[in-house]
Amino acid sequence: MIANFGYKDGSGDYFISIDTDKCNGCGDCVPVCPAGVLEIRDNEFDPLADDKMAAVKEEHRKKIKYSCAGCKPEMNMKNLPCMMACPLDAIAHSW
Amino acid sequence: MAQEFWRWKEYNWKSDKIDWKGGSIITGGVDVGSVSSQALILVDGELYAYASMRTGSDSPQSAVNAMNWALEGSGMKQENIHYVVGTGYGRVNVPFANKTITEIACHARGANMMYGGSVRTILDMGGQDCKAIRCDEKGKVSNFLMNDKCAAGTGRGMEVFADLLSVPIEEVGELSFYVEEEPEPVSSTCVVFAKTEATGLLREGWPKNKVIAAYCSAMAHRVVTLLDRIGVEKDFVITGGIAKNSGVVNRLQKELGIEILKTDYDAQIAGALGAALFAKALVEKERK
Repeated sequence: MIANFGYKDGSGDYFISIDTDKCNGCGDCVPVCPAGVLEIRDNEFDPLADDKMAAVKEEHRKKIKYSCAGCKPEMNMKNLPCMMACPLDAIAHSW
Repeated sequence: MAQEFWRWKEYNWKSDKIDWKGGSIITGGVDVGSVSSQALILVDGELYAYASMRTGSDSPQSAVNAMNWALEGSGMKQENIHYVVGTGYGRVNVPFANKTITEIACHARGANMMYGGSVRTILDMGGQDCKAIRCDEKGKVSNFLMNDKCAAGTGRGMEVFADLLSVPIEEVGELSFYVEEEPEPVSSTCVVFAKTEATGLLREGWPKNKVIAAYCSAMAHRVVTLLDRIGVEKDFVITGGIAKNSGVVNRLQKELGIEILKTDYDAQIAGALGAALFAKALVEKERK
């Protein structure tokens, strides 16, 4: 499953996508984020399974553009700490 | 008091074919949305009763009220229900729920029963958010996106327009077709600015219907850009209150070039239905 966390507003699309088929819930992405955006929690989108996944914290979901701004002085950067930390290439940013 | 045109009707429904006393698994689903709350009862996976009411300022009370109304006249009591799953924006506020499940999973599951296993894309146009969901033949989510930061493309936006134009919300969709030619969509994305723009159009002498048509097509266009991110695969369905607005549904159909599946079920119960179906699956898992 691709879980898109974020929002769309008049200025653009701001989503962090987690590919749960790749993500194994290892948590390597959590400590590297200077804004503390990510966490590991139950895969709540498949309630009958018991797997864990990385997800964007609820308090950051609707201001992700600003939470991520520290790592992203420009759009579409590829060497972000969260993406580099993920050994399974499960994290993507839409902007 | 002046008429409140945005004020949609609350309703309940009960099956006269099912005798719940003979049921072995009775489950409930409660979907507390930002604008409306639905409570629904399944007897052995068959739809038995539901109610849809406005969510007031007190979410726990709204959940209780909706459940009481769904149960009204059935002789069934709260304690007869084996398992209740709460879902929706206010899911943590359902006082009698055994578990909470995100509405994204519930909508996919509910739509799977309402429209059949051929459903691959669900657009839930709710009161204050809009969700695009892709799922497999079992109703399992494969990709989703939610936009709840902006009221454009939501029921609330439509309520604002119904109020501005003094048209009852249930009639908005139909009226939008009574135009000589399809107008350009309202250009503002934001509901607040769109309302300002509409006021300007009325001042220019546009008839009401034309303004409604312009807003319906703006809303359709808005959700199409949201759907672009996850992609649309057939069969495509719409759940939530806007599914009942033909003005938006038809324009969306035209813009996407895909036919939108219809159902005999009430499009607004998808979340609560999915919750009750998960409740049934959880009871079955426990009993094994």
